[in-house]
Amino acid sequence: MSIESAKSKDFISEDPSGSSLWKDAWIRLRANRLATISLYFFIFISLLTILGPEIITFSYQEQDLNNTFAQPGADSLFGTDNLGRDLFARVLHGGRISLAVGFLATAVSLVIGVAYGMTSGYLGGKIDALMMRLVDILYSLPFTIFVILLMVLFGRNFILLFIAIGAVEWLTMARITRGQTLTLKKAEFIEAARALGYSHSRVLFRHILPNLLGPVIVYATLTVPAVMLLEAVLSFLGLGVQAPMSSWGSLIKEGSEKMDIAPWLIFFPGLFFSLTLLALNFLGDGLRDALDPKAAKD
Amino acid sequence: MIKFILARILQAIPTLFVIATLTFFMTRLAPGGPFDAEKNIPEEIKEKLEAHFGLEKPLHEQYFLYLGNLLQGDLGPSFKYMGWEVSELIAKAFPVSAQLGLFSLIIALVLGLPAGVIAALRKNSAYDYCLMTTAMLGICLPTFVLGPLLILFFSSWLGWLPPLGWYSFADMILPSLTLGLFYGAYIARLTRAGMLETLNQDYIRTARAKGASPIRVVLRHAIKGGLLPVVTFLGPAFAGLISGSFIIESIFFIPGLGRFFVTAAFNRDYTMVLGTVLFYACLIIILNLVVDMIQASLDPKSRDR
Repeated sequence: MSIESAKSKDFISEDPSGSSLWKDAWIRLRANRLATISLYFFIFISLLTILGPEIITFSYQEQDLNNTFAQPGADSLFGTDNLGRDLFARVLHGGRISLAVGFLATAVSLVIGVAYGMTSGYLGGKIDALMMRLVDILYSLPFTIFVILLMVLFGRNFILLFIAIGAVEWLTMARITRGQTLTLKKAEFIEAARALGYSHSRVLFRHILPNLLGPVIVYATLTVPAVMLLEAVLSFLGLGVQAPMSSWGSLIKEGSEKMDIAPWLIFFPGLFFSLTLLALNFLGDGLRDALDPKAAKD
Repeated sequence: MIKFILARILQAIPTLFVIATLTFFMTRLAPGGPFDAEKNIPEEIKEKLEAHFGLEKPLHEQYFLYLGNLLQGDLGPSFKYMGWEVSELIAKAFPVSAQLGLFSLIIALVLGLPAGVIAALRKNSAYDYCLMTTAMLGICLPTFVLGPLLILFFSSWLGWLPPLGWYSFADMILPSLTLGLFYGAYIARLTRAGMLETLNQDYIRTARAKGASPIRVVLRHAIKGGLLPVVTFLGPAFAGLISGSFIIESIFFIPGLGRFFVTAAFNRDYTMVLGTVLFYACLIIILNLVVDMIQASLDPKSRDR
């Protein structure tokens, strides 16, 4: 059992002949021009926010009170804010935080959701009914309100932000995973694997998990922008990341307060944020069409 | 039908109980209390205040007391707005939020439905691409970017509309537009998808074959099925309109329930927070029920559930 589960952990590297699906999907994704452009744009933005702050010489914190509200120009690409901080550096740095929150919180919800959904679907019966009933109850809670409440009451803790957002987003993931597991469980190749005497954990990790990854990846791609939006909402209400750290949400908030004097302060963070959301949504749509050609109706 | 409604109401009771319990302990376990912010009150007055609101009792006693009052429909007095009952404050602030939500929904439907129908009828045409790209932009331009930009454009630069407040009809245009455009974009995409699926059905072909005019085909036959995804979306949309109102109300300084809620949470106004959360929860449950009923009347297949 323990050897089995140790082995099963590296199911991706062993790649049990499932590669053709992914290759097909990749070819289909490349055929979708909008999704391909979005993919490259997203890679570009990610590299810019990850590498940019390391390369440019000025810091996002550096103040220059002689050069406040400078217009965008050769000196500072996107202009400066009320403390003379360079907006370009701040936008890049803010993007780092926004993307980090987006991906980490999605990862949290992915792990919880897939584990929960797979357990529920594989076990079936009364346990399944009970576990899904719980999801139903949680679904009807006004979650945005709870996240806001949590952030107000317990301070603006960065870790708490992930947990709060991750806890909201795992429910749909669990439902999707459970549905997939239920269908897969009845498939003949699973029956064959069971008949060969493979353990439950081997069947779950080697045979079921790789086959349900498609829809899960699609949903995860669409969860990232949703999470980034939620983080930005919190930051906009003053409940997200705190100064001098900045996310795109908090930059937009600052910008909206000073936009009469310096419209660029809301324009650039807003542009970066919106374009990234746009790219992620197009990419998610493209992935859905690529991974599940049946669902692509038009 | 009555059985269905009764079952849903029975289901709502444990949900509301969970929400009340969760919120109660979350607010109480959080650091800080409702009377910490006032700097200049002597200790004995603070104690008297706490005694007046029953805050000196053990936590579990307070909890059962609160649940007892709740069962009698009493949300308790606000800790911050002295002399106000929580229910009075909600009654004062909610109509503002409801008005905002309603206007936004009307804008969303008026823009989204025709756009979606046209895009579906002229699939892959220039109309379709224009409308759907606009819709995608609308979805990806968050309300807290769009709102300030609309203020900047229409009030700071053009001076046509007031930037904030909630007194006259002119005040309501920008906030409702900000919130409505987002949902309009979403509804347009859903309508298009729903219409495309319906237009491929056999009964539409039959209607066409029998010589029904294109307008009649759309209005009499296709729209009923095509709107199903939109109706399904309306449930979450209502919830979104409510939470979206937090942002809109803080951008445009609108005295609605969303702002009351955020302020109450900051002030540790326990009863106000609890009351608002429960009110929102009831609202969402009722709206979801209404949406399900509309769905059942449109789609006979979903009636068995």
